[in-house]
Amino acid sequence: MIERREVWITGVGLLTCLGEGLEAIWSSLERGGPPPYDDKSFAPYIVYPLAPVNFDKQIPKKSDQRQMEMWQRVGVYAAGLALADAGIAGKPDLLDRTDMIVAAGGGERDVPVDATILAGIRTVAAPGAFLNERLMNDLRPTLFLAQLPNLLAGNISIVHGVVGSSRTFLGEEAASVDAVRIAHARIAAGQSELTLVGGAYNGTRWDVLLIFEQAGALLRAPFAPVWDRGARGGLVLGNMGAFLVLESRDHAQARGARPRARIASICSDRNRRQPGDIETTLRRQWKTIADRVDPAHAVVISGAAGLEPATSAERDVLRDIGLPVRNTGTYIGHGVETQFVANLGIASTVIEHGKLFAPAGTGDVGTSPSALSQVVVTSVGNWRGEGLALVERAD
Amino acid sequence: MTGHAAAGASGRDKAGRPIVAVTGIGVVTSLGVGKSDNWAKLTAGVSGIRRISRFPTEGLRTTIAGSVNDVYRDYMSPAELSERIALLAGEEAVAEAAIGVKGRFPGPLYLAPPPLEIEWPDRIKMAEMAAANGDTGYPDLMRVAREFASISGTFKFGIIGERLADHFGTEGSPISLNTACASGASAIQLGLEAIRRGECEAALAIGADGSLTPESLVRFSLLSALSTQNDPPERASKPFSKNRDGFVLAEGAAALVLENLDHARARGARVLGILEGYGEKSDSFHRTRSSPDGKPIIACMRNALADAGVGPEDVDYINAHGTSTPENDKMEHLGVSAVFGDRIRGIPISSNKSMIGHTLTAAGAVEAAFTLLTLEHQRIPPTINYNVPDPAIALDVVPNKARDAKVRRAISNSFGFGGQNVCLVMTREPA
Repeated sequence: MIERREVWITGVGLLTCLGEGLEAIWSSLERGGPPPYDDKSFAPYIVYPLAPVNFDKQIPKKSDQRQMEMWQRVGVYAAGLALADAGIAGKPDLLDRTDMIVAAGGGERDVPVDATILAGIRTVAAPGAFLNERLMNDLRPTLFLAQLPNLLAGNISIVHGVVGSSRTFLGEEAASVDAVRIAHARIAAGQSELTLVGGAYNGTRWDVLLIFEQAGALLRAPFAPVWDRGARGGLVLGNMGAFLVLESRDHAQARGARPRARIASICSDRNRRQPGDIETTLRRQWKTIADRVDPAHAVVISGAAGLEPATSAERDVLRDIGLPVRNTGTYIGHGVETQFVANLGIASTVIEHGKLFAPAGTGDVGTSPSALSQVVVTSVGNWRGEGLALVERAD
Repeated sequence: MTGHAAAGASGRDKAGRPIVAVTGIGVVTSLGVGKSDNWAKLTAGVSGIRRISRFPTEGLRTTIAGSVNDVYRDYMSPAELSERIALLAGEEAVAEAAIGVKGRFPGPLYLAPPPLEIEWPDRIKMAEMAAANGDTGYPDLMRVAREFASISGTFKFGIIGERLADHFGTEGSPISLNTACASGASAIQLGLEAIRRGECEAALAIGADGSLTPESLVRFSLLSALSTQNDPPERASKPFSKNRDGFVLAEGAAALVLENLDHARARGARVLGILEGYGEKSDSFHRTRSSPDGKPIIACMRNALADAGVGPEDVDYINAHGTSTPENDKMEHLGVSAVFGDRIRGIPISSNKSMIGHTLTAAGAVEAAFTLLTLEHQRIPPTINYNVPDPAIALDVVPNKARDAKVRRAISNSFGFGGQNVCLVMTREPA
């Protein structure tokens, strides 16, 4: 009864600070050099703003665009790229049975409305009534729809017609690892043939910066690569959308779809984040794939976020594993629920090009092996959750 | 391992998949804490809807809710209250299932929590601290943000799942998910799928929502989704009635212990019901409204029956989504009429929301729990406040009084904003 079928990546859609689509992003990564971060707009904090994009190309109706906030537009755009890449965009018979798992964070707030309320509420006799009145009068009714986490998926259904099923996972980095893990498990077991999986994150917002600053988790200028942010470390948030189309090998072959790569293995876990826990979990996860990895042709793409001690813990484990390592956070920023899926997409293009991109920071070690055919993708969440995937050339 | 038995052997369904049993149920709603208290009140037609006392309601169009006042103490943020009621429901379910050892549940956690964010009381405290110079914009809040490090973890979306995983000792990465008002059903469905895949023998599925705040109320109010018939509160939620005018926002939680039937039998567990199948179908018509032809909700119910391997003639009861909004109840009527044809007039369909309101992300789990209790007790909870029938909705809504009935198989519908539709099929005994 328990089927174990091969799971292919047949579509990738990426939209980041480096542009849109795998080729644009690959050429920036290959070139290396200073990443396009912005240390002015939210000084002293640093963010990676989205590259210029014409949303009309994937979201033709302005009325749809108006119903979304930035994170949703970015996600719907990236989802459209992935569907087009997989050759299922605009094909209702396929979209009708395409499942969807989205990893989403919180929706965006109306920052000026919040500021106005905060300015007024401390001087009024009845703060509760004042809050009610201002919220009733000042909040845009449709803002709620931009705040509901599942409305990224909802907008993808509306704009692109993906209607097989729709689930949205919550919970920072771990949400995206589990989104891919469950999409993969469902296809491997024959519960799904075709699943769109991914997310979007917009860190170029005061309201989201505030949440991370409470925890003292943000890097302040000057900028440093992920691996080199000092004893405390720090996050530099990005703005990105990333989606994959995962598909059973049989289904893909039957419709003549080409694989970019296959996901051979993926696991996720958690621990209480006591000293040594991250290392123990990562080493256990590595053991589940170690026998399948050919060190002569394999590399690691790390999702390290730049916070300590998580980043150093991961680095220690990767040093023992001994494969060449590249981190993407230095190039595109940290995308929380989106990073892992973006890195799986980048892993697929690394495999297609058969080589690694330029190093950035002291943890990016080793040189590209010849005939690179396997990528180990890591995700160590900024506060919880560890995940590991093995992406391979699909022959 | 029971995962490799031959298809057709005991513990396998018609499709050869492991049969998934429910061996523990926990419930918290505005009616009370615990499934016995809830069931007694639900079948007595008692309403849990009250005037809001948690915060001032001046200036709000809706001033009533189904809050869990039995649990709420002083100020609890939605994160704290949701976690608390999730924990209470989870403990009841795990105790009933008598599975694992304390603090070590032998399977994963699938949780439907509400979305979390910084709440107004904390935002105001930050502004007060920052406001020496009168400025209150976000850059000013940033200056004092680190003084609030102690609350920083409480807005993370994964926090409730992480704490519950610690408490119950569930295995692996806890999944938190959101499919709007279908979330609780999706959590159950994820557990069902994992057991069918043979990944685990048991799973803990919890839906919890304790997010009654001024802003949550305002958000739904601005979408004209809430009833404004505030007086008397207990009469406001009137699904399928002609004078229905919106749902009543409510809090609640429910937990189910899902278990491979063979596993449950082998350890002598009491089987409370069978989770026979599920269906999903997304709607691409509109962000808050169903496709006018009802096709997605029809497909959702049909997918569920097909997954369970049964037909419309095999269903004895429908636990309705039944929100009491003009739109939902009309569309649900259209949907069940299409799926069940002429037979629909003979199938009881009732809405728990008439008594407990709409428990949002918990609703799918709470109503699945009540559907299982309906199967166990062979007694159908009523749709209360049904005094002005809607002539356009010709359904047997089990008006106002609970009814004893032979119920072998039931479905529970959950529909949500964003085109989310989930339907669960449950039976008392394996088919």
